[in-house]
Amino acid sequence: MSSTLEHDPRVIEERGGIGGFVAEYGRRLRQGDIGQLPVIVGLIVIGTIFQVASHHVFLNPFNLVNLTLQMASGGMISVGIVLVLLLGEIDLSAGIVSGLCAAIMAMLNVQADLPGPVAVGLGLVAGMAVGTLHGVWTTRFGIPSFVVTLAGLIAWQGALLLVLGKTGTVNLPDPFIASLAGTFFTGTAAYVVAALFIAYVALGPLVTHRRRRAAGLTVPPMAFVVIRAGAISAFTILAVVVLEADRGISSGLLFLVGAVIVMDFGLRRVRFGRMIYAIGGNAEAARRAGMPVQRVRILVFVLSSMFAALGGILGASRLYAVNQSAGGGPVLLNAIAAAVIGGTSLFGGRGSMWAALLGTMVIQSISNGMDLLSLSSGSKFMVTGGVLLFTVTIDSVLRRSRATTSR
Amino acid sequence: MATAHAERTSLARSGTPGPPLLELRGISKRFGAVQALTEVRFDVSAGEVVALVGDNGAGKSTLIKVISGIYRPDAGTVRWQGREVTVGSPNEAAALGIATVYQDLALCDNLDVVANLFLGHELTAGGALGRLGPLAVMDEMTMERRAVEVLRRLSVKIPSVRIPIASLSGGQRQSVAVARSVLGDNKVVLLDEPTAALGVAQTHEVLELIKRLRGQGLGVVLISHNLANVFEVADRITVLRLGRWVGTYDAKLTSHEQLVAFMTGAVPGSGEDHAAATKDHPTSSEKAGPAS
Repeated sequence: MSSTLEHDPRVIEERGGIGGFVAEYGRRLRQGDIGQLPVIVGLIVIGTIFQVASHHVFLNPFNLVNLTLQMASGGMISVGIVLVLLLGEIDLSAGIVSGLCAAIMAMLNVQADLPGPVAVGLGLVAGMAVGTLHGVWTTRFGIPSFVVTLAGLIAWQGALLLVLGKTGTVNLPDPFIASLAGTFFTGTAAYVVAALFIAYVALGPLVTHRRRRAAGLTVPPMAFVVIRAGAISAFTILAVVVLEADRGISSGLLFLVGAVIVMDFGLRRVRFGRMIYAIGGNAEAARRAGMPVQRVRILVFVLSSMFAALGGILGASRLYAVNQSAGGGPVLLNAIAAAVIGGTSLFGGRGSMWAALLGTMVIQSISNGMDLLSLSSGSKFMVTGGVLLFTVTIDSVLRRSRATTSR
Repeated sequence: MATAHAERTSLARSGTPGPPLLELRGISKRFGAVQALTEVRFDVSAGEVVALVGDNGAGKSTLIKVISGIYRPDAGTVRWQGREVTVGSPNEAAALGIATVYQDLALCDNLDVVANLFLGHELTAGGALGRLGPLAVMDEMTMERRAVEVLRRLSVKIPSVRIPIASLSGGQRQSVAVARSVLGDNKVVLLDEPTAALGVAQTHEVLELIKRLRGQGLGVVLISHNLANVFEVADRITVLRLGRWVGTYDAKLTSHEQLVAFMTGAVPGSGEDHAAATKDHPTSSEKAGPAS
């Protein structure tokens, strides 16, 4: 009885080859599990529209380098937001914490005369302390993170005003701090950076494909993996060539992409990342499986505030100043919108770190493009809001279709 | 099928004459004014399915929670492979090799089958990257290989091991939850109403799975309200009523009507009026036939 069962090939209906791959992809499409494809299509559409409307200014090297500079700060905040959303929580204070930590760094550097690196380090520590407070308060007292971080949003706004005091604006002449976001890599350095990126994003899956096939596991068709790797490599090299034609790859962009890659690896390949997805999907199941649910929650809030601090510091570095409106206004909502546009679910457990990068690219492209067209910030907000609503609607409709097509 | 069944039974009964895997004697548990369990006895051996039945409030859930370490009994002894132990927490139960599959499944819908099978016990890569605790890099390939292996062994039918749990049917989900208990080094699996929410075909699927667990040499404890299911898979049936042990019966020698009578108290069982006396019989030899 058991001998025939052990070798029954039919029990897992998984098929290899093109047919199996198409069937699998069709299933994922029907169930709304479509990865980054819609955002990439959206970016192409946005790029084309603005390129035409701005009479070929949008995609020229000078403007694209500006775009990368504009992305760094908000993108970094979004990295933290994605982590919190995956857990099924929210961090409404991320924007203002970015401003607060930038202000702390600025005051330590300018008023207390601490060297740049020390001031930056203490700014990050301040962010982690704020995150610890949020996390401990949320888990210890069982208060929804929405409320705790809403209180944080108000209180840290006050702290920002108190830190800046009567001056209101602090200028940052420190060369180290200015170099954080404003160093440019050109020539060999730029191509080394591109090669590392390609190795992780494009060649990694090729290696995995080979190892899986060697181990006798099912694999997507080689052609698909090769085409994907080729497309990513070609796009990366093209991007470097274009950015190089102007000032080069900015350190701000490098920080952002670096953070995304590190956290992407952490989410997909490391046990801690698996815990985040598990808790976001079913916290009770995660607890019963022996995962330290509360500790993971606290740590994610620490990470969220730390990335917010990093974003604030990059923003201050780019503007050479911190003022009372740092981290306020649309900063928080743009960071959340970017995460959601990138495909991160607001209900936890679904999404990827690439949402932070691609979603921020969408948000900042719209902002940048509409600036080029000299449109008012009123219409800018209207369009951004529309894009957000459109994306979430697609997600919601697909989720409903997933519920009905699940077996 | 019939011969295989006979073979397995003889192996389980006479081939392993040692003590049962898990043996509970004189277990009592009180919650305030409610005496939930009174001197209950229970045992399960390797390669057998013992059903635990009783009307609502009979103490089935309390007993399961005692076994799985959630409740600590007020009195009584628990023996694991002949050795007296205390099961003070779910982790201690897991360390012994007792796995519990809960009614509400405890799976993560958003994660795929492999991730759910190894939830909380992810395999990590060899070398330095595998020794970082929660920061250790997972070994997805080995996990996937072992997942495929265990699902094949249990003949669980799913479209793919990389499919999220959300896209599986109720029976498939239950099968994944049960398969998880086999992956670890578990010897006893507690199944709490595994077929409660399932359709006919899916129920059949899960019952077949239970038989295969038995075939793998595990001791299976099945709680079910569905007596037809109980008779289909169980070797022995332990009946509880109002927190007391009524008796443990051979499933093949007991009829549906007799079992209902024991559960409702229409016929007193072998244990009801002399529960104290059962202490004198520490072995599990009294697999009493009905009314014998």
